[in-house]
Amino acid sequence: MRVHALGVGTAAATAAVLALLPFVLSGYHQALAAQVGVYFIAILGLDILTGYTGQISIGHGAFMAIGGYTTAIMSRDHDTNLILTMLMAFGVCFVFGLLVGLPALRLSGVYLALVTFALAVSVPQFTLKFSNFLGGSNGIQSRTVVSHLRLYAMSWTAAAIMFVAAWLLLRGRTGRAFRAIRDSEVAASSSGVTLPVYKTLAFGISAAFAGVAGSLFVMGTNGFAQPNEFDLLLSLELLVGAAVAGLGSLWGVLLGAAFIGLLPTISNDVPLVGSAHGQDVVFGLIVVLVMLLLPTGFAGFLARFRDVRIRPTRT
Amino acid sequence: MATVETSRQPTLADRGRLLRGALRPVNLFLLAAAVFLVVGSLDSEIFAQQTVAGLSQGAVYGSLALALVLIYRATEVINFAQGELAMATTYVAYQLIQWGLAYWAAFFATLAIAFVLGTLIQLILIRPVQHKSVIAVVIVTVGLFILIDGVVTWKWGADIKFMPAPFGQQVYHWGGVAVSRQDIGTLLVTVLSVGLLWVLFQFTKLGLGMRAAALRPAAAALVGVRVNRMLAIGWGLAAVLGAVAGLMTEANQFVLQPSLMQAVLLYAFSAAVLGGLESPAGAVVGGLLLGVFLNLVGQYVHFVTPELRLPFAFAVLLGVLLIKPSGLFGRRTVRKV
Repeated sequence: MRVHALGVGTAAATAAVLALLPFVLSGYHQALAAQVGVYFIAILGLDILTGYTGQISIGHGAFMAIGGYTTAIMSRDHDTNLILTMLMAFGVCFVFGLLVGLPALRLSGVYLALVTFALAVSVPQFTLKFSNFLGGSNGIQSRTVVSHLRLYAMSWTAAAIMFVAAWLLLRGRTGRAFRAIRDSEVAASSSGVTLPVYKTLAFGISAAFAGVAGSLFVMGTNGFAQPNEFDLLLSLELLVGAAVAGLGSLWGVLLGAAFIGLLPTISNDVPLVGSAHGQDVVFGLIVVLVMLLLPTGFAGFLARFRDVRIRPTRT
Repeated sequence: MATVETSRQPTLADRGRLLRGALRPVNLFLLAAAVFLVVGSLDSEIFAQQTVAGLSQGAVYGSLALALVLIYRATEVINFAQGELAMATTYVAYQLIQWGLAYWAAFFATLAIAFVLGTLIQLILIRPVQHKSVIAVVIVTVGLFILIDGVVTWKWGADIKFMPAPFGQQVYHWGGVAVSRQDIGTLLVTVLSVGLLWVLFQFTKLGLGMRAAALRPAAAALVGVRVNRMLAIGWGLAAVLGAVAGLMTEANQFVLQPSLMQAVLLYAFSAAVLGGLESPAGAVVGGLLLGVFLNLVGQYVHFVTPELRLPFAFAVLLGVLLIKPSGLFGRRTVRKV
């Protein structure tokens, strides 16, 4: 119970800080913080799939692209309300996620990593192929552009809603099924978990989260959807964010999002590598070091202390 | 290679199996493909031209795929940074040439540097996580991907660089078929390096040790093979193959930039899976097949424009995994519960 109270307390405190944050931030920093919110939603989705269900994905940038293009196209062609396009991105990506999830049923481990990697590389190519509809390499400009403050509000409101949704989902029957699949597919299946249903569902939900993130991502680039925004590196960064934070920890997601959202900006000030392209050096180095030194991520590292404090007598 | 590697001395029964092995559906399929390509090439000049170009590109895919397979077979690790490592070693060659070395001197010096680099990466980064979950290893290689990418752009910048053409610019004409010296050179270099590697694995004590360490680590250790050292050497050799692939890709594309190997890595993945992820011969054959296939489809199927080359390779990858996950040469794995 104390853990539960602690969790709710931290959630309330975090929400309060995030609600007050825009009042002390400049426009630029609001946009940056909004970007962290976008990564938060995407990593949350990835964590549901990889951290809770044990299915690796290197391709979530592809779902973000689909979500982002949904928003840009709806805005360009029909001037749809942007919040409505977020819901559409959710729906469209849910369907795409199910479609990818179906073949993924037969794949696991390394093979799934390969297929999702290929997905991340392939999807941006379609925007070049069907350039009349998808804008080619010039991209698509949405009709409406949101201000920094509005973007911040939309991004973190969506993040809060999706966090609660993820928490409710994962604490119940579905979450139990997901975790059972992660720990052992055979055991899960013999305890009555229908593997195909839950594995595909995890893919769909996870992709839908990424889709909403992609939708906000495009709004964050002044409503401009371009194929090279959704390159391979974006997918890799999402996975890295989820891993650095600690897979299977909802709280870690916030750290992971801050890590990939803010590190490039921070590492510009690091001496020696703080040049135009130095950020990836710092980024890659930290990722590798974290994986070697803290295999359970920051969250796992912190959890060690929490467990010591709450259950001191347990041996 | 795959059929010869039994762990016992070949007996009479094994020889019989080998003979029957030659008539396996896979080999018949390959024979049919070869006949198709030869007949097509005799029939149409464009077909012949695309086939040769495809073989040359496919050889590059195959050598990078072989690098992936070497590592996968030994440790069940897919090295997502293999392509970036190849790209980085190509930049090393570029730097050596800038310092005044001739192309081929730089080429061989780069191979040596690649070997050291590959070995060091295994020792420092991979060994600590080797026995952890698939996810952990994948993430380390993904981190390595970003790190190498960052180091290269930081050191050399993201703009396009040029290197001298290793084989010159000549184009040979046989009848109406134009074949560039470049394509033939690429094909020869990659086939030669794969062949040398095969000799190393098949006929030297080091190669024997490496095969033993990959197939039966525990048993190999008991008979005195230094398994860890063999794994490190394996990573080194994979890096050398990658360097060959990187240098030949550069020669094909005429320009050097940090994204050099990203597309090739996907082709290499498809090639490796097509051949069966555990089969070295399969990786090479898969690479050649994929190279020719992509070129012919690009030539004759008008819907498949250059933008769809990557999605098409993705389709091959997915198709193989869904229809025959063990690929052309792989053995079906049986999982115990």
